[in-house]
Amino acid sequence: MATTITKTETLVGKRIRRQEDPRLITGTATYVDDIKMPGMHHACILRSPHGAAKIRSIDIKPAQDLPGVAAVFTGKDVEGVGPVPCGASLPGLRVPPHAILAKDRVYFIGHPVAVVVATDRYIAADALDLIEVDYEPLPTVTDPEKALAAGAPAVHPEWPDNTAFLYHQEGGDPETAFKEAEVVVKQRITSQRLIPTAMETRGVVAEYRSAEKSLTLYSSTQIPHLLRTLVSQMLGLAENHLRVITPEVGGGFGSKLNVYAEEALMGFVAMKIGKPVKWIESRRENFQCTIHGRGHVDYYEVAAKRDGTVLGLRLKLIQDLGAYHQLLTPAIPTLSVLMMPGLYKFRNVTADIVGVFTNCVPTDAYRGAGRPEATHGIERMMDLLAAELKMDPAELRLKNFIGKDEFPYATATGLSYDSGNYAEPLKKALDLVDYHKLRQEQKQAKASGRLLGVGISTYGEICAFGPSPATPAGGWESATVKIEPSGKVTVMTGASPHGQGEETTFAQIAADELGVPIDDVIVVHGDTAVVQYGIGTFGSRGTAVGGPAVYYALQELKKKIRKFGEMLLETTDVTVSGGQCVDNRTGKSVSLAQIAGASYRAMKLPPNTEPGMVATYFWEPPNFAFPFGAHIVVSEVDRETGHVEIKRYVAVDDCGNIINPLLVDGQVHGGVVQGLGQALYEQAVYDDDGQLITGELMDYAIPKASMVPWIESSHTITPSPVNPLGVKGVGEAGTIGCSPAVVNSVVDALSHLGVKHIDMPMTPEKLWNLVHQGGQA
Amino acid sequence: MRPETPGMASRRPSRHLIFNAFCHNIIDRQKADSMKRKINLTINGKSFTDEVEPRMLLIHYLREVAGFTGPHIGCETSICGACTVALDGKAVKSCTMFAVQADGREVTTIEGLATNGQLHPVQEAFWNEHALQCGFCTPGMIMTSKQLLERNPHPTEEEIRHGIEGNLCRCTGYQHIVNAVKAAAAKAGA
Repeated sequence: MATTITKTETLVGKRIRRQEDPRLITGTATYVDDIKMPGMHHACILRSPHGAAKIRSIDIKPAQDLPGVAAVFTGKDVEGVGPVPCGASLPGLRVPPHAILAKDRVYFIGHPVAVVVATDRYIAADALDLIEVDYEPLPTVTDPEKALAAGAPAVHPEWPDNTAFLYHQEGGDPETAFKEAEVVVKQRITSQRLIPTAMETRGVVAEYRSAEKSLTLYSSTQIPHLLRTLVSQMLGLAENHLRVITPEVGGGFGSKLNVYAEEALMGFVAMKIGKPVKWIESRRENFQCTIHGRGHVDYYEVAAKRDGTVLGLRLKLIQDLGAYHQLLTPAIPTLSVLMMPGLYKFRNVTADIVGVFTNCVPTDAYRGAGRPEATHGIERMMDLLAAELKMDPAELRLKNFIGKDEFPYATATGLSYDSGNYAEPLKKALDLVDYHKLRQEQKQAKASGRLLGVGISTYGEICAFGPSPATPAGGWESATVKIEPSGKVTVMTGASPHGQGEETTFAQIAADELGVPIDDVIVVHGDTAVVQYGIGTFGSRGTAVGGPAVYYALQELKKKIRKFGEMLLETTDVTVSGGQCVDNRTGKSVSLAQIAGASYRAMKLPPNTEPGMVATYFWEPPNFAFPFGAHIVVSEVDRETGHVEIKRYVAVDDCGNIINPLLVDGQVHGGVVQGLGQALYEQAVYDDDGQLITGELMDYAIPKASMVPWIESSHTITPSPVNPLGVKGVGEAGTIGCSPAVVNSVVDALSHLGVKHIDMPMTPEKLWNLVHQGGQA
Repeated sequence: MRPETPGMASRRPSRHLIFNAFCHNIIDRQKADSMKRKINLTINGKSFTDEVEPRMLLIHYLREVAGFTGPHIGCETSICGACTVALDGKAVKSCTMFAVQADGREVTTIEGLATNGQLHPVQEAFWNEHALQCGFCTPGMIMTSKQLLERNPHPTEEEIRHGIEGNLCRCTGYQHIVNAVKAAAAKAGA
């Protein structure tokens, strides 16, 4: 028998550097803007400079006449294209028609009005200047609470109350809980609008082949297959005539979990002009027109006993939706409600959401999508309750955690938490910071006038979206695993990683299951003509839902490998290991290459077995997974400048089993820093006229390397029973856990001044005023 | 009626300042063509000669004319650093320079770092330390890190964080990048 390289070491659980990196560190990866095609044209989009206005007229003639301009299209040209889809449904939801180009009215700064197509991007940009639009500016409203006030300008004239929907959810008996409470704490808590800011802006290349009536869209998206289904509907194109390719995608964080006007618009343009067309979003467009995240004003009330036992939770949630619904806009705050009890035994909860239209770009899923808001709310409220009861915030949390023997745990919001041991990461984090000693040091520091604070956040999150009944487009994921005739392994995943590293983690899983070297495996994704239908990468689901699909496809394949192995070895008792099929009695073996070769040549087949060595599996998860953890922040506020120094950041995360600890660390660090951005630096600011003041990276402060602390990351491991890998998902954990820990630490630093709550971002100006005006901002 | 906010509510919200300034009024194509300048520069050791409009940004020249798509465009306002290349050995943001300003000079892009298939130590360190996720900022981040180590072969964590401040990364939280720069420094010192 042939000798093959036998792999004995398992890869799952090891810190393995990534398979995708060689192309990325050498500058040879292909992002959308790197695509060049013969005859390719460039598109630039004219956008509204007004937050709200009527369009009286548009004169495109001078732009059309500019040499090099192939076409100019406006709203009336694209009337045949379907609306930008909203995939979420709620009872009574008002859905404004969302055309891909504005026709007679614009609703937010950056609203697309016309598209110019030219032979190069400089000419297209020149031509934009030549379009004359006569606008009649209208009053705008950009603050969701102001939008709800009587007499506020109507974003959509047909709905003068600016209310898109009302949503109520209740569990247990909140009324009695609040009646019987010995203490009630209340707080208004905001989660400001944030701009996701993937380093690669969006971009689309569209190529139409008229003879075949086939359109190819290269788009920087997290959801190639869903995009294909929805854009084909918008364009009236047969779905199997539309191919979506996601080349390298430079980050998404939820902002590319969407179907955007420009994706259909470029398809429309390519079909009209018969040439390939490229549109690359500028950073300013990215800030104005790609979805924002958060945008909550929350009114919380917690009912408790004097001994700290929590009884009830009440939430009024005002969600700033922006002017339209994008793909999931109205669904995002419902996730906040689901997770509002956090890790605690709140048996009585009630929540009311008001979804509010404003003259702003729509909000939608941004890293955490509804869960950072919920965690921020409950974790601030636990600290407020602890302060009210003069209890230690760690003690209050430990007292109210769901016990480790209470899983699966049915929450008052209707979820079933899969597994958990919530005290363990908190205790570990408390040990890591040496909590009791730290509190002593803090006492001394405060006595000497220093503003030192300690903040705790114990977060839980819902992820691994998710069972299909709870996920608008299906919550499963797919995988195909092929062994090529040479024995090399190809994994095709319906997930669409864009930085998470699943080309490596899925290769680790496949290499272990088949016993082949990792370099014999490649992972293919993001091309609807190549990969079977899939859902995509978002909601910390890539590994937690995509991974099991790969695992089960491998199990199917191994059945077939065994059949061919038994046939070739003329036995009935074999094991697949080390890249071979081994006869358990004689020790004789055949390699995977020999087996795969035999399966394709098919000179002889095992009984009831078809040729080839391919297996596809669509895996439907029975439940969500619920990661959790504890973050502790030690911070100090500079009395003179109001600047916050994070002195220690300890993160203990439990994301279930870990496939690649190196990659998990990366996810935690990146997540934490995005949470830190929200806590300290970032805010999308619109003025009253609807102008986006933070319209560029010059004005919108995403954290730089010098603005973030060293993160001490460690883990506890509580496997999820939901999937065979025991993984829970980690993409959003850092962001969810971070912001309340930071805010709690700063509030703690200023508590002796009477400070009970600070809204984000905690800018130096805000803190300086608190310090120098006796706790009043 | 509301007044337009000066500088904010431009009729061209999609464009950045420099690009705007130089696109403006250059709408006569023949005039634009006649204004083209001949430039001669070296990119990654190879000589390039082209005629370009004076307004063409260096990053557009590198990516679209010379075909080096390693440097990326992330902000067009010289904040993010994804477009960082070396010009005569010094790290510059190629979105904030014109191609004509590179005339007669030597440019190194990320594509020029590896020699004979051998990764540059900074590239190797980025790979080993998982200093990248989506990879979009990475070419610029590596060029800047390389420059940082040339100036300061043994930087402290604080010096590294300060040194890469002109390059934004939204994925990694920077910690593994700091580790990578340290690792590259240690290897060079070994």
